[in-house]
Order: sequence, then C-alpha cells, then structure tokens
Amino acid sequence: MLKINNLHTYYGLGHILQGVDMKIDTGSIGVLIGRNGVGKSTTIKSVIGLAEPAQGNITLFDNELVGKKPHNIAKAGVAYVPEGRLIFPDLTVIENIKVANHKPDSSWSISRLLKLFPSLKARETNKGSQLSGGEQQMLAIARALIMDPKLILLDEPSQGLAPLVVKELAKVIKILKETGVTIFLVEQNLKLATAVADHVFVMVKGKIVYHNPVNDFLKEEDKIKKKYLTL
Amino acid sequence: MLGAYIGYTVAIYTGSFFLALIIAPILVACFGIVFEKLLLSPLYKRQDGGAYLMVTFGLAVILAEAIKLTWGADPKGVQIPEMLRGIVIVFDFPFPKYRVFLIIIGVLMALSAWLFLEKTRIGLLIRAVSQNPQMVNALGTNVVFIRNLVFAIGCGLAGMGGVLAAPMVTAFLGMGSSVIIDAFVIVIIGGMGSFLGSIIGSLLVAFVLVFGAYYVPDLALAIIYLLMLIILIVRPGGLLGKEE
Ligand SMILES: Nc1ncnc2c1ncn2[C@@H]1O[C@H](COP(=O)(O)OP(=O)(O)OP(=O)(O)O)[C@@H](O)[C@H]1O
Ligand SMILES: [Mg+2]
Repeated sequence: MLKINNLHTYYGLGHILQGVDMKIDTGSIGVLIGRNGVGKSTTIKSVIGLAEPAQGNITLFDNELVGKKPHNIAKAGVAYVPEGRLIFPDLTVIENIKVANHKPDSSWSISRLLKLFPSLKARETNKGSQLSGGEQQMLAIARALIMDPKLILLDEPSQGLAPLVVKELAKVIKILKETGVTIFLVEQNLKLATAVADHVFVMVKGKIVYHNPVNDFLKEEDKIKKKYLTL
Repeated sequence: MLGAYIGYTVAIYTGSFFLALIIAPILVACFGIVFEKLLLSPLYKRQDGGAYLMVTFGLAVILAEAIKLTWGADPKGVQIPEMLRGIVIVFDFPFPKYRVFLIIIGVLMALSAWLFLEKTRIGLLIRAVSQNPQMVNALGTNVVFIRNLVFAIGCGLAGMGGVLAAPMVTAFLGMGSSVIIDAFVIVIIGGMGSFLGSIIGSLLVAFVLVFGAYYVPDLALAIIYLLMLIILIVRPGGLLGKEE
C-alpha cells in the first residue's frame, strides 16, 4: 500500500535521504531502524509532507503523495504521531483529540478511544502539558486514530518511556494492527520493534541497506546489529 | 483608521451610524485579506520577520497618503447617532450615553471573542495553530486558511474599533499609530497569546492612562512604559504569558 521509491530529501544543502526505497503491505507493520541522525524521521516527515522531497515518489494505494500539502496527505488517509509526541500543551486531552477530528462518523469515536486508553479517560480535562510522557504518547496515538487513517506513521513512540509503559505501548500497537490499519514504525527499541514488526528495514546514511521479514531478521540479528547499528 | 474613514463615508451616505458599524468592518476585513494575499503571503517563506514589518509599515504610510488624497487632511467629525446623544446618570454621576454604549459593546465583543475561541471548532483550531501550526497542518487542517481567517477577523475588529472611536476623537490621520502603541503595550503586559492577559492588560493600561492624565498629566505615557518595564522584569513573558 505504501511505496517509497528512490526518495531524495534535503535540508538546505544537507543531502539527508539519498535514494530511499521501501514497501509496506496493507495491514502490516513495517519497522525502520538505524542509528541516530541517519534520516529515519526525515523519511516519515517526507511521507506526511512536512519535509519536501526533491526527487522520487511516495505512493499510497497508487496515489502520489510527493508535492501534496500535509493537510491533503492527512485527508488521503495518513496520520502522523511525531517524535516527541508534540501534544498541544495548552489544550485539554479532549481538545487535543478534537483538533484531528474531521469526520463526525469516524470509526474511532472519542468514547471508544477513551476505552482503549483508560489512563486518558481519567485525565480528560487536564491540559496536554500536565500529562506524563506515557499519557502524552497515548494521546498522540488517540489523536491520530480519530482521523480514521489507512496508514499511521509512528516516530519513536517508546522514547523516554518506562519499561512498563513500553509494554503497554506494544499491546496498543498490536490492537491497532488487528483493526487492519497499516503502520510505519520508526523505533530504536529493538525488543519492541521486533515484537510487533512484520518487516524490518535498516537505514544507514539516508539509504536502506537491509530489509527482510522479521523472522529472517531475527535469525541474523546479531550480525546486522554489529554491522549497521552499533557505533 | 481606515475603518474610521470608511465609517465616516458610509455614515455620510447612508445617514446611519449603525450601518457604518456593520459595513466598515466588512470592507476593512476584505481589504486586509487582499493585502495579506498580495503582499504578505509571498514573504512567509522568508526567515526574517523584519520583512513583514517593513511591508506593513510601508502600507501604513501609503494608506495615510491615500486617505489624505481621498478625504483631505483635516479631521473628519462623525456625528454620534441621535439615540446615543446626551447623558445617563450612573451611580449619581452624569455619564455620556455614547461612552456607556462603548463599554457595553466592548464587553460584548470581548465575550463573543472568548466564546468563539473556546466553544467553536474554528476557535479550537486557532488556539491549536498558535501552539504548533505544523502539527495542526499534519493533522489535516489547512493552516493558511485559518491564518487568513484570523487576519480578516483582526482587520474587521480594527475597522469596527475605528468606527466606534470616530465620534469620540474624530477621524484623523495619526489615529492608527496611537492605537498601535497602546495595543502593543497591552499585549506585552498581558502576555503574548493570552486572551485573558490582554483584557487585564487593557484595563490596566486604561486605568493608568486615565488616572495618570488626571494626577500627573505630563507623565501619563511614561508611566505606561514604566509599568511595562516593571512587569517585563518581574515576569518576562507578561502577566499571563509563558516564558520562553
Ligand atoms: N530541520 C532540520 N534542518 C537541518 N537539518 C536537519 C533538520 N532536521 C534534521 N536534520 C539533520 O538531518 C539528519 C537526519 O535527521 P533525522 O531526524 O531524520 O534523523 P533520525 O534518523 O530520525 O535520528 P534520531 O534517531 O536521532 O531521531 C541529521 O543529521 C539532522 O541533523
Ligand atoms: Mg528521529
């Protein structure tokens, strides 16, 4: 469903993505891993349109996304859960969700979301800035779900979370997968990544240097780690 | 200022102050949108904020000259409508009816602005955009549209202010700039981005101006800036603003 083809993205003169190729099947979870600063977030931002690729294609069900504005990409069915969550700090939990609520007939109603995230239900009227990191992460996911997306972009959701919360996060990601939504996950936490992934992509300096189904990856995990992931 | 002059013209042609109060803000809002689309939006890609200031300032100068050419340089008095002339007795004090009218309008406008921001979907999006425009954009809202809307509403309100002020101060060429300085001080004192802050700021500034003008007429303006200075030292973000 999501195809990224020979993608090049620059920040000023910095040639960050140097020909990225990826493919994530409908209803599956593709995980992108790689060291700090290799361009994982830039890849995600290129999909949602916050970074403008200079060359290459990104297609969602054969619908070209490159050149479209972020709000039109969102309307095409892509929901973005950014690195660092980026909750609106002065809006309440409910208001944060409502910002993304464009369809009244979303299959994810606010009450259904609050059932999935009981920790948010208890804090309904709290401001975004008053939430813990874990609660903010769940809120960022809830905010994405209300858009009824076909594809969810999750950028390092486990960052800064306690192990117990990471476990809960893994559960949530699996529940999402059961609903049939496709997930593009960027994750440094390999345990979480391999627990949920169908397919693993490894990025080095703006290029995909390795990709395989998760079972094959697990067989050669140590080798890949040594070769591409340790400093 | 444009609002005051357009209001003056509409009032002259239609003979109705209240019609002017409705038509002038709409015209000023339209003018604002055209100005924003034509001159400001090409600058959004630039990093330096100075460009906006220059263009806006340049436009203010052009506008002042255009007004001079159209309406002449002498101040234009606008008649207070019949039903708002005279005085009312408030707590045993005589008080001009028009001022009471202004106070009521002011409270009503502040209240409706607050309701609009807090209770409507567009208001919610405006608040979200002020916190993180990129994120609002990525969540499916056209931020440019929201910005244009806010700009138009702002211009419309300024136009309304101009019409309302015209009977009190007459429409004159410098009226825009004196308001801008007051508005600037109010926003700084109240705190950027805080609605309640700007209301408190405006009450505070008005209070100081009036009392200052009564007791130490020469220093009233200086006291305002002193107030701003003290508040900025104690709370760099303004009374209700956030510190960066
Ligand atoms: N807005 C920006 N302007 C200029 N350079 C940027 C910008 N954002 C990122 N970069 C640079 O682009 C490169 C890739 O950044 P990116 O955020 O995509 O990395 P990442 O793989 O997500 O890293 P991390 O694991 O730390 O999140 C980095 O070298 C970074 O310094
Ligand atoms: Mg990143």
